[in-house]
Amino acid sequence: MDFDLTDEQSLLKDTVRRWAADTYPGIEQLASARAEPLGFPKARWVELAELGLLGLPFAEEDGGFGGGPVETLVVMEALGRALAPEPYLASVILGGSAVRLAGSPAQRAALLPGLMDGTAGLAFAHSEVQARYDLNDVATAARAVDGGFRLDGRKSVVQNADAAATLVVSARTAGDRRDAAGITLFLVPVDAAGVSLIAYPTQDGGRAADVILSDVFIPADAMLGPEGEGLAIVERVTEGAIASVCAETVGLMEALHELTVEYLKTRKQFGVAIGSFQALQHQAVDMFVALEQARSMALYAAMMVEAEDAAERAVALSAAKVQINRAARFVGQTAVQLHGGIGMTMEYIGAHHFRRLAMIELMFGDTAYHQRRVTLAGGLVGIG
Amino acid sequence: MDLRFTPEEIAFREEVRTFFRTAIPAEIRTKVSEGRKLAREDYVTSQRILNDKGWAVPHWPVEHGGQPWSAVQRYIFMEELMQAAVPLPLQFNCFMVGPVIATFGSEEQKRRFLPRIKSLEDWWCQGFSEPGAGSDLASLKTRAVREGDHYIIDGQKTWTTLGQYADWMFCLARTDPNAKKQAGISFILIDMKSPGVTVRPIITIDGRHEVNEVFLDAVKVPVENLVGEENKGWDYAKFLLANERTGIARIGMSKERIARIKRLARTTPAGAGTMWDDIDFRSRLASVEIELKALEITQMRVVAAQATRDPTKPDPASSILKIKGSELQQATTELLLELAGPQALPALRDGAGDNDAEALFAWADAAAPVYFNHRKVSIYGGSNEIQHNVIAKAILGL
Repeated sequence: MDFDLTDEQSLLKDTVRRWAADTYPGIEQLASARAEPLGFPKARWVELAELGLLGLPFAEEDGGFGGGPVETLVVMEALGRALAPEPYLASVILGGSAVRLAGSPAQRAALLPGLMDGTAGLAFAHSEVQARYDLNDVATAARAVDGGFRLDGRKSVVQNADAAATLVVSARTAGDRRDAAGITLFLVPVDAAGVSLIAYPTQDGGRAADVILSDVFIPADAMLGPEGEGLAIVERVTEGAIASVCAETVGLMEALHELTVEYLKTRKQFGVAIGSFQALQHQAVDMFVALEQARSMALYAAMMVEAEDAAERAVALSAAKVQINRAARFVGQTAVQLHGGIGMTMEYIGAHHFRRLAMIELMFGDTAYHQRRVTLAGGLVGIG
Repeated sequence: MDLRFTPEEIAFREEVRTFFRTAIPAEIRTKVSEGRKLAREDYVTSQRILNDKGWAVPHWPVEHGGQPWSAVQRYIFMEELMQAAVPLPLQFNCFMVGPVIATFGSEEQKRRFLPRIKSLEDWWCQGFSEPGAGSDLASLKTRAVREGDHYIIDGQKTWTTLGQYADWMFCLARTDPNAKKQAGISFILIDMKSPGVTVRPIITIDGRHEVNEVFLDAVKVPVENLVGEENKGWDYAKFLLANERTGIARIGMSKERIARIKRLARTTPAGAGTMWDDIDFRSRLASVEIELKALEITQMRVVAAQATRDPTKPDPASSILKIKGSELQQATTELLLELAGPQALPALRDGAGDNDAEALFAWADAAAPVYFNHRKVSIYGGSNEIQHNVIAKAILGL
């Protein structure tokens, strides 16, 4: 048991934090980045590639750096602190993990270099509007045709799809809409005939798109992983994404808590700093306790995301998301409350942390969804 | 970073787990698990077994009977002890007065007291709180006046846990009435058989006799019973409280109670089935388990950090353990009470268990007292509000 970062991990942490602090020191830089057509400046994405971050989780034989869950945790926490709008989650974590986990050597060689050098990103087009959080709920159909498949369907709120060159699309090659079996993943070029995007900004300053697939022809060699067994890959990708947003949330909450404590020390009313009032001190402490509990659970998620036992892994990641979601809501709301009026304004950076925290709660399963999963699994404590 | 235990630590866990579950009598562990009252002899029996194994005070210096264990091993030991429902080694002996004497006591005091502290031949109680000195402990008024080679001690102590069994009390008393608050306090050892010591029971909201008032009326104490230096008692008390906070989260106890709730829920009739079929109940239980998992990792973080910290100064992060640990302990007792349902009402029932359905609730009469009793855990050891103040000041700088 060792909670210390290795020297290399510490260096990584310092590097990403410094890059994020230099790149997004305040609200103006963030606003101008978000005003770009894709929601982030292309040049900044290339900087992340040059720092080696886009290749971090990929195997060295694929040209990556062979980083594990702790490296991802360190990066996501640092990006979260600064509200960096780059599509690290969408491209490297979601799309990249699907290729990393299920791609053939030829597919990895075709896609990962472009992902890692920042020229050809990925996105993960799985969720559909009727599915809510159920990963097995896929209506998009893939018909076998001569030489490949034809895809029809619609994917919903695909993070940063408009910044991707290739979409990882789930479609049904067999079974009914909610069957676990029969889901297959495909690599779909975003410019393939029949693919159209309805892209939009999201409430947290990011971007997403609905992806419409109309009779899209996909050659047989663009199938990612085994036919009909895509759900297991989708689950692993989602678990990785949960571990990542847990770390991002810790970064967000850490920054927001620092802002709040600083505000309590500087804002004066009744002739004194409002941080001298015990009613406010105790709320700031409750935020801190929630933050540290969330930090522990993000570590737990990182520890469990590569566990062998699928059932154990699933309940652990669900538990982590519950804890993180509760903390996100509590810390976000309390921060706004302690800031008073200024916390309600878009000109204050903390408000943007609050918005991102609120949206993370709804990604990859909300509190009730994951709470139910933990409950039905029988909880975390053995019966002795 | 590696959050897993090493193979050696896993083997150690197995060793202590097996020992607790085979060497400590099942009837004692059942009493602990069910929240029944333990007799003095139960504490003594359990601690003697641990002491014979060399495990009553593993956290003490090795020369006084401690074990050369790592912080992680000590953590595993305590967690397994609690999960096996073994009575904790008497806190006042093993975690309070023992470490103080071992660190600040004279050689004579160490020789005289430490062996009997760890074997529980002497039962110690804590003489800190007073009617007017609770959270504001430094405002205590008990006086010790030097007369020749004795102190004459006058005052009143309260909330003296298990003082009815005690042979000795470690006591904070004011030796310099002119010094400001924290200065002028001394740490003195009092033989409870001394003339002028009166112990009076306080019956707490669980209906039980656990705590006491202790009146000290011109009690004559030899000066060799002063620990360390006169007027330095506050420093020793702070050291003691830092020791007390280690393991205050009581995660193993909460786990043990959750495991028990799960077992009982499967046999507790409700509707057409059992309480285990009640998804709302199980969901509330799962909520507690999730937060407890987070606290378990938080505790491991604090334990890992101990290796590089000054052991005489409390880690302010341990205040998180106190706050969350007490809340979760209380939450488990609420769930147990809820599980008992209306069968929690009978306090003493003759003929209970005469039919099969009633027999399923033989445990339920202890559910309410356990719930009542656990309201204390957010009050003692520095109330949760005081812990908030500690974090606000020491960590947030407010």
